[in-house]
Amino acid sequence: MSGKPRLTYCNGRGRMEPVRWLLAAAGVEFEEIFLETKEQYEKLIKDGVLMFQQVPLVEIDGMKMVQTRAILSYIAGKYNLYGKDLKERALIDMYVEGITDLMQMILMFPFSPPEAKEKNLDSIKERATNRYFPVFEKVLKQHGQDFLVGNKFSWADVQLIEAILTVEEKIPAVLSGFPQLQAFKIRMSNMPTIKKFLQPGSPRKPPPDECYVETVLKIFKK
Amino acid sequence: MAGKLKLYYFDGRGKMESIRWLLAAAGVEFEEEFLETREQYEKLLQGGSLLFQQVPMVEIDGMKMVQTRAILSYIAAKYNLYGKDLKERALIDMYVGGTDDLMGFILMFPFLSSEDKEKQRAVIVQKATSRYFPAYEKVLKDHGQDFLVGNNFSWADVHLLEAILMVEEKKSDVLSGFPQLQAFKARISSIPTIKKFLEPGSQRKPVPDDKYVETVRRVLCMYYDIKAN
Repeated sequence: MSGKPRLTYCNGRGRMEPVRWLLAAAGVEFEEIFLETKEQYEKLIKDGVLMFQQVPLVEIDGMKMVQTRAILSYIAGKYNLYGKDLKERALIDMYVEGITDLMQMILMFPFSPPEAKEKNLDSIKERATNRYFPVFEKVLKQHGQDFLVGNKFSWADVQLIEAILTVEEKIPAVLSGFPQLQAFKIRMSNMPTIKKFLQPGSPRKPPPDECYVETVLKIFKK
Repeated sequence: MAGKLKLYYFDGRGKMESIRWLLAAAGVEFEEEFLETREQYEKLLQGGSLLFQQVPMVEIDGMKMVQTRAILSYIAAKYNLYGKDLKERALIDMYVGGTDDLMGFILMFPFLSSEDKEKQRAVIVQKATSRYFPAYEKVLKDHGQDFLVGNNFSWADVHLLEAILMVEEKKSDVLSGFPQLQAFKARISSIPTIKKFLEPGSQRKPVPDDKYVETVRRVLCMYYDIKAN
């Protein structure tokens, strides 16, 4: 009865990209509205559709959802990507939160001043290779299964493949010490819904460029 | 069969406080191990107890859980504080996301320079009164019920009360434009488990002081300057 989910955000990755990934992985089609001007954003606020005056906004099943975490949890729950019980959900949540911490560093990267960029890139590399990737390498090695949790495709797998590809864009050889993750990357990339999302013409957004940064600052800067 | 519930963190609020609140609200007893030395922390690291090398860590139901949000979600679901269905859970998640963002402005407050503290105090009050409190005031006004979601006590109520009290510590009359929130605060504070948690002698931690900041810096070797967000 409800139409397709509708995403409102800038025309770029930012905080909406994990939502696009998860919907795509679940095989769910969605529409997008792109914020291009400050006026558009101010109108959304005036219309009272942004609970905390922020995007992402996802209209889904009659709700105007904000808060990325809440949106992703809802989608994962709805499309059976959240494990089979409370304990599997706990594992998925832990893994997703860890990956999100890593992705947060990448999220902020385009907005850091030029003189800080090299240092920030080093930090991303250090965290990825010393803190986050080793954890998932170990998880996969220990249970020898195809997916991170419960021998079944879940939100955690989607979040991890997104993180791997995004970090690789910045640090191409980053997976060199991680054979399990290399195999995982290939396996996930070949799953039909993900394969489709990785092809040109999908709703996947390109890496942020200067134009994107400019647009974001123009819309949201006070 | 589940053993003791044990929290590993500093002897102070930080990211663990929301977990103490939720457990207390659910009437669940827990033990705490306080990190005081670098050696303690390194022992935890070497023992492989910290999945991403960070605290909070909570031993619960045979798991060594990390990541505050994951821990809170697990506790909320286990103790029936997470709504009755997916849509109520979505609302609770949204509301908790907001209070989490608000409390995030307060989290690093103790680590700021005195000058930055004054600026940040103003930011906290401004965000609370122009962005967050109005949103929850409206939710309560619109449905006229005692609790934020589904006419039932939930994680969202606990988290909002915690946020309100924390902002009030920075500006005592901050609720003056928000009658619904004032009533909410009185109502939720008088729930028996919460009332107990608000009394002296509970496991609630005090406003962080310099000693707390010193301990965190020492244990985490976190000696760089913290800037406000």
